[in-house]
Amino acid sequence: MKYLVCISKTPETTAKIAFKDGNSTFDTDGVQFILNPYDEWYALVKAIELKEANGGTVTVINVGGAGNDTIIRKALAIGADEAVRVNADAKSGFFVAKQIAEYAKANQFDLILLGKETIDYNGSEVGAMVAEFMELPYLSYGTDLQINEGVATIKRDIEGGSETSKTSLPLVVSAAKGMAEQRIPNMRGIMMAKRKPLNVIEPVACEDLSIVVSYSLPAGKSSVKMIDPENMDELVRLLQEEAKVI
Amino acid sequence: MVLVFAESQNGQFKKTAFEAVTYGKKSAEILGTTCEAIVIGKAENPAQLGQYGANKVHHLTGSGFNSFDSQSYSNGIAGVAERMGAKLIVVSHTSTGKSVLGRLSVKLNAGSVSGVNHLPESKEGSICVKKNVFSGKAIAEYKINTPNAVFSLMGNTLKPEQSGTDAELIEVQLEDTTVKTEVVSVDLQQGSAAPLPEAELVVSAGRGMKGPENWGIIEDLANVLGATTACSRPVADTGWRPHHEHVGQTGVAIRPNLYIAAGISGAIQHLAGVNNSKTIVVINKDPEAPFFKAADYGVCADLFDVVPRLTEAIKKAKG
Repeated sequence: MKYLVCISKTPETTAKIAFKDGNSTFDTDGVQFILNPYDEWYALVKAIELKEANGGTVTVINVGGAGNDTIIRKALAIGADEAVRVNADAKSGFFVAKQIAEYAKANQFDLILLGKETIDYNGSEVGAMVAEFMELPYLSYGTDLQINEGVATIKRDIEGGSETSKTSLPLVVSAAKGMAEQRIPNMRGIMMAKRKPLNVIEPVACEDLSIVVSYSLPAGKSSVKMIDPENMDELVRLLQEEAKVI
Repeated sequence: MVLVFAESQNGQFKKTAFEAVTYGKKSAEILGTTCEAIVIGKAENPAQLGQYGANKVHHLTGSGFNSFDSQSYSNGIAGVAERMGAKLIVVSHTSTGKSVLGRLSVKLNAGSVSGVNHLPESKEGSICVKKNVFSGKAIAEYKINTPNAVFSLMGNTLKPEQSGTDAELIEVQLEDTTVKTEVVSVDLQQGSAAPLPEAELVVSAGRGMKGPENWGIIEDLANVLGATTACSRPVADTGWRPHHEHVGQTGVAIRPNLYIAAGISGAIQHLAGVNNSKTIVVINKDPEAPFFKAADYGVCADLFDVVPRLTEAIKKAKG
């Protein structure tokens, strides 16, 4: 089996969010970047688990500049066999999906995995787009995945519960908590990662269909109103009359 | 025309469906056009969507639409969108909507924005719209570079508004032979409270509860409010509460009108999943708990005293 895991680079959760150039660009100055947690903890580790159980190869793909090699090496250290970086500045999920789909079509994977969303734009779009470009089934928010004789059984989170579906391979799955357990790369993995192939390829032409034109910061919360613990009637009154939520 | 995909479950429309149609109607007014809805599979009285602003309702049935398959659903939606010349397609930002949004974008070559929480604007002939990014720490404005667009609408962005009358119903019978995915089972939590992503009122608790046996006071508070219960990550990880109750970055992201957090310190990963709530009440005995900085109302005291007292106060106020 050939597994492809799509990985993204995102600002770390506690990063300070600021903008520059007239609020048109995210200010990356001083921002620490990480491998998107959902891609790393759930999608990548699941692919490695499947490979360990059934054999095969795990390829990771990322769309970005040379600055992304750090997170790609981390994915290799965790256990991916090889990596591909599409050398382009990604401005939209559509562009990213197009690049991944082109590579995947040419290289015939059985299973394409990615995290349920990135923690910066929270779009959750790329998986469905890759699936559509390739005319493959797509299951989002997967929490369990079993493959048996060419049939995949996927359990996924839905509002208020879970849904289990059966489908055919090849297949695109986005992974959520429950799919796998985070793995910390060990020293051997880190050393081996340096020798694993990281191929850089050039992008195919693709227009961005939608792009961010400006950013703004939300109106700041007025400071918290502290309520006397002995006077919960006052809290209820405020929730009814001031906040108007109950 | 604005085309809204209105989701149903077991034949009943979800609350998010009424929100989406209301959003579609308001968007149509802004873009100078009309709103129509599309309903797939079993649905009771699809024409009722007219009350929320849809002029016509296209009701798709046939093989391929009996259970959810993102391919057949997006084929169905794209087919109607193309036939009717939809300028904007709106789906809900749900497990179903998110699975079809990207497909529709590719299929129709339409610019997409996922999780919008503002109405669109028309600027120099282009559709623009805003959404929250960086877990609610910023707002991004998107410009659509194509003549038509697809949005997924974040839940609780607006209240469903009923104004009109029933819509004209158009039955569409389709045989989709491309179906590759079959739903074999659906497990929904029992109980009357709304599922977390749709809930307007949420009562949540964390490690300050000291143990799962103490959750009665949280459930009592939730019951008197008609709220859904939730918990922090450590509580779900230790098995005190079920996984599906976990709200925060790795769990469910929610945006209720009211979020009450008891015994949760407010780590940034927790805030990332809840800080779009309209009103936040924090109950914590530690005055240094970071959550107070993100709260609208704070009560600094032992939750085992305060929570039952709050329950009583709500009972009294509700008569």
